[in-house]
Formats: sequence, structure tokens, C-alpha cells
Amino acid sequence: MSSVTLIDAINLALQYEMEQDPNVVLIGEDIGLNGGVFRATQGLQEKFGENRVIDSPLAESMIAGMSIGMSTHGLKPIAEFQFMGFIYPAMNQIISHACRMRNRTRNRLTCPIVFRAPFGGFIHAPEHHSESTESLFAHIPGLRVVIPTSPERAYGLLLAAIREPDPVLFLEPKRIYRLHKQEIDNNGIALPLDTAFILREGSNITLISFGASIVETMQAAQELEQYNVSAEVIDIATIKPIDFETILSSVEKTGRCVIIHEAAKSCGVGAEIAATIAEKALTSLLAPIRRITGYDIIMPYYKMEKHNMVSTTKIVQAAKETMEY
Amino acid sequence: MQDYNEMLQFLDKDGKLSDDAPDIAHQFDTLLKLYKAMVTIRTFDHKAIALQRTGKMGTYPSILGSETVSVIAGAVLDKNDVFAPYYRDQGTQYLRGVTLTEMFQFWGGDERGNNFHNCKYDFPCSVPIASQALHAVGAAFALKHHGKNNCALVSLGDGATSQGDFYEAMNAAGALKLPVVFLICNNKFAISTPIEKQTFCKTLAQKSIAGGFDGLIVDGNDPIASYYVVKQAIEKAKKESIPVLIEAITYRLSDHTTADDALRYRTQEELDNAWLKDGVNRLKNYLIKNSIINQHDVENILSDAKTEVKEAVEKYLQIQLQDVEDLFDYHYANIPTILAEQKMELKNV
Repeated sequence: MSSVTLIDAINLALQYEMEQDPNVVLIGEDIGLNGGVFRATQGLQEKFGENRVIDSPLAESMIAGMSIGMSTHGLKPIAEFQFMGFIYPAMNQIISHACRMRNRTRNRLTCPIVFRAPFGGFIHAPEHHSESTESLFAHIPGLRVVIPTSPERAYGLLLAAIREPDPVLFLEPKRIYRLHKQEIDNNGIALPLDTAFILREGSNITLISFGASIVETMQAAQELEQYNVSAEVIDIATIKPIDFETILSSVEKTGRCVIIHEAAKSCGVGAEIAATIAEKALTSLLAPIRRITGYDIIMPYYKMEKHNMVSTTKIVQAAKETMEY
Repeated sequence: MQDYNEMLQFLDKDGKLSDDAPDIAHQFDTLLKLYKAMVTIRTFDHKAIALQRTGKMGTYPSILGSETVSVIAGAVLDKNDVFAPYYRDQGTQYLRGVTLTEMFQFWGGDERGNNFHNCKYDFPCSVPIASQALHAVGAAFALKHHGKNNCALVSLGDGATSQGDFYEAMNAAGALKLPVVFLICNNKFAISTPIEKQTFCKTLAQKSIAGGFDGLIVDGNDPIASYYVVKQAIEKAKKESIPVLIEAITYRLSDHTTADDALRYRTQEELDNAWLKDGVNRLKNYLIKNSIINQHDVENILSDAKTEVKEAVEKYLQIQLQDVEDLFDYHYANIPTILAEQKMELKNV
């Protein structure tokens, strides 16, 4: 057991799987000697060499496209994009090839790739470094999109993502990379994908979130106790495909639901969750579903970005209004 | 080896062989096999268009005019090399082992046509232009990583050389010293856009300078020069573990696809002149001139090709439709609940 941060847990999982599986290779910009801009791959090139921790030229489409060719031919690449805002040049490779290869060759060629990228705002970074555009990817058939929110889940879900025989986009909430430490056992045990985690049980209202917003969501649940509101908190963890079984059984129990995410509201992951609850559990609802999300705006530069962030206050207020409906 | 501006040619359009022609010019067994494959592909191509015209196949991009270099690349590659084709490279695919039935099936709107049974590690042809170049680079990395003395060959059209992925692939293949052969089939047109509007570069071969490696130009309708250059490039890539680029000059004698009408943007006269340089006829005349085949053999070769294509068409037309389950079952190894539900939904319609 060791006490580690979320970013340390990622490093541990990478290291564990590289030791176990010689076909696991890392590719990305500045991931070698430099250890990646957030240090996720620190020490790995020293340990596994330049042929397994590849400092790539600076070209995102190339990182994705090469990963495809590596994965169809026996390797298991883990590709790092430095920031989510820089993935877009690789979209063609991800959508048109990585996610389609299995289907278009009827299982002949497959792409077991993990695309890693830090995402989300509030680290006072320059523009393009604070994006939350995960729902773009949740729309792509053939892809899984996984988001850890604690060191333990970062470790277990990354191992699961690497072992998955299909492409996984692993989005890391960089705001909480080093927020807190957690004891984890470096035992190589993976957590299940396609599975939501109930972080807190409650009986009056279900708060559903993922990514860094889990922090404010958990704080809100705590605060709601003062008002005698028992909130259940679900970290959906895999946003493509979403574990609706866990969500629906919680909402059927509580009858109330607030969905929280940092990304823009329209066509966000919250819209999919709300629509599915409406389709499958409408009669269980005692109040309209609420969404606390970022606005449909371009992420502001850092001096004003706090206005586009979800906050404990906003969540508590929405939950109280839902209770009083 | 390199010259970014001069086109290598040994057998000219009038059938004259230059004095310095390499050994392949006299390896008539090989040349005869190449000729037969070219005739088969030309016959296949003709039939594919006919099937499209009669509603039995979808939109199809004819390879007419580029069979020579396409077939040659397939003949020269080793079975364990990796091929990443663009969508107009039926000749290489055929010699790699993709069956004519599989090709009909793919262009006939059936994913199973990409499930190559004889060349399991080749990529299906890529429709998004130049994207396949990066797959070749990744595959070459994997080959090298696993200690294999093989290369990846990616084919591209001239239009592909304007794409970012093309440059990214060349740059990475150079930087990582990977055995990749970039084979550009310059058939002078990207749909309607002529090469003169595609680039200000004098040649496409010179684009390899940006990647730091050799770029060669060859007459893609000259079977002797094409064979020589493709073989040299593949050997060099493997021996030195570096990329090589080839620009093969051909001419698209067909429309872009069955949905196109090339006379909107080029003249009949230009087309007629291009036919005079055709590689398949050039090889036929060369073989006749050297008494390897006579007119009677030419007819037999065509007749054999027609039989082979006819059998492939019959097989293609007999293939049953896929089950609706198949629309869902190949997206993931572990099928998500939501997809399983949607599959049931469609089955219950």
C-alpha cells in the first residue's frame, strides 16, 4: 500500500502493465526524458527504454494514426495527447479508423489503443488548455470514454482500459491530478469499465457527475445534510457507454435527480442521461431533472473562467429547489 | 539512387528498350505473370463498372491506366510486409491475395469484403485521403519493434500529397527511421483537380525532401522501370530501415468513379493521347516482340481472365445478406448493454 495522487496512480498503472505486457508501448510528445508535461510518464523511459516510451514528433493526427498501425500489428499503444484541446487534429484518425477498424474488417484487424488526455478547466492555463468536450467523443460508435475521479479509480480504470481489446479515450481531470492522496494497493487489479460507481448512498436525491466536478458534487452532498437531505452521488466514470442500470435504480429510489458536469449544457452527457431517465423512469420522478453544467460558451480565459465552472453553491441550490418542487 | 526531377524509364511508349535496362527486362516468366495479372485486373475493372451500371454494385473507382505499377507493387512485396492501400489499388490488393470476390463485395456495400482471408494483416483500402499513410508508419514501427525484416508500403494518389497526414507520416517515418515505402500513383487527377492545381512543386518526389529521405520518379506505365524502382525502394527500406518515396507517373484513363464524368474537365484528345502510353499494352507488345507470346496467347490470356472474373462475379452475386445482428456485433469485443438493447430493438421492428 502506498499513498498516491491521481497522477501518481496513472504512472503506477502504466508501469505495472508495461512490466506485465511487453507489447504495451507509450507514444506522445515529451513523454520520455521529460516524463510528460504533467509527469504522468515520469521515469518510464529510463526503465523501459526509448523503444517502448516513444518521444514522438509534434503532430496529433500522427500520434493517433501511428497508434492505429501499431495496434493492428501486435502492439498495445498508449498515446498521450498533452491537452484535450489538442486532440482535434486527430479526430479523423480516431473516428474514421481507430473506432471503425474492427467493424469494417469484421474483427480481422482491431485497435486496442488507450488515448490519454488531461481535460477540464480551472488550472489558470492559456487558451485551449481547459476544454471539456468529452461529449464529442461519447457520440462515436466503437469508442469507450473513461474518466477517473480518484487515485484508486485512476489506477483500476486505466488498467482496465489498457486490457480492453478496443480503443478507449481515457480523460484525466487535471484539476484534481494532485488534489488529494489515497492509499492504493499496486496489485494490478482492474476496475470494471462500463460501470458507474456509487460514491455516497442517499435516499432523497441522486446527484450524477463525473470528472473534476465530482469534488463539488460530494461537497454539495455533505452540505445538503444540514437541510436533512440525503443525497446519493454517482460517478458515472464511463461516459461511453453509460451504466444506466445504476443510474435508473438510484433515480427510481430517490425520485429526484441533478446532473452535474463542467462541459457545455447543450448535447452534453447530461442531456443523454436526462433523456434516458425520461424514457425509462419518468413515472418515478417527483420533480423535473436539473442540470448544473458549464454554459454553451467558449471556455473563458482564466481570469473569468470561474463563472463557467460548476460550484457547490449552484449544486446545493438546484438540489434544494428540486426537493421543494 | 535519388533524383527528384528525372523520370526513370527503360521501356518507352513505343516499345523501345534502353540499353541500360536492368535484368528484369529479360526475366520473361515474371513479366508474363505480371501481364496476366494486369489483364485480370483490367477485366475485373471493366466488369465492376458494368455491375455498377446495372445496379448490382455501388459506386466504384476504376483503376484503368494505373494497373501496371499497381500490379508490380503487389508482385514485389513480401508476404509478411504490410500493405496500406488507397482506394484505387486493386492490382496490388489482387496480388497480395485479396480475392476478386472480396473486392466486388467491398464495392458492393458489404463490410465482409474487407475480411481478407489470404492477407490477414493488410489494411483495407482507406477512403479518407492519406490517412492510411500513418497506419503504414505505425505498422512499420510494430514490425521493427518485433525484430522483423519487413516493411510497410502505403499507396496514395497525387491528391493525397496535399494532405497533412501525408506530411506527418513522412516526417514521423523519417524521424523514427522506419521502413516505409510511400508509393504515390500520380495519375494526374484528384477527381477533377489536375496536378498543376494541386501543387506548385515541380514533382511530387521532391516532397520527400521534407521527410529527409530519397524520392524517385518512375514511369508507372513502364513495367521494367516500375519493377526495378519498386524493388529497389523496398530493399533499401528494409536494409537501411528508412523510408523511401516513389512517384509513379500514370494517367487516369477512366472517370474518377462511376459517379463522375471526366469529359467535364478534360478533353477527348488528351485522353486519346494518354492511351498511347498505356502500360498494359506496352507490356503486351514487348512480350510479343520478344516472342514470349503471340496474338493467339493474348486472346487466351484475356479469355482466362474473363473466366476468372466471371466466376468471382457468380460467387459475389450468390452471397447472402448479413444478419441484422452483424450491424452491431463488430463494434466492440465486449458489447455494451446499450448496444445489445438497440440490437434487440431492431430485431423486433
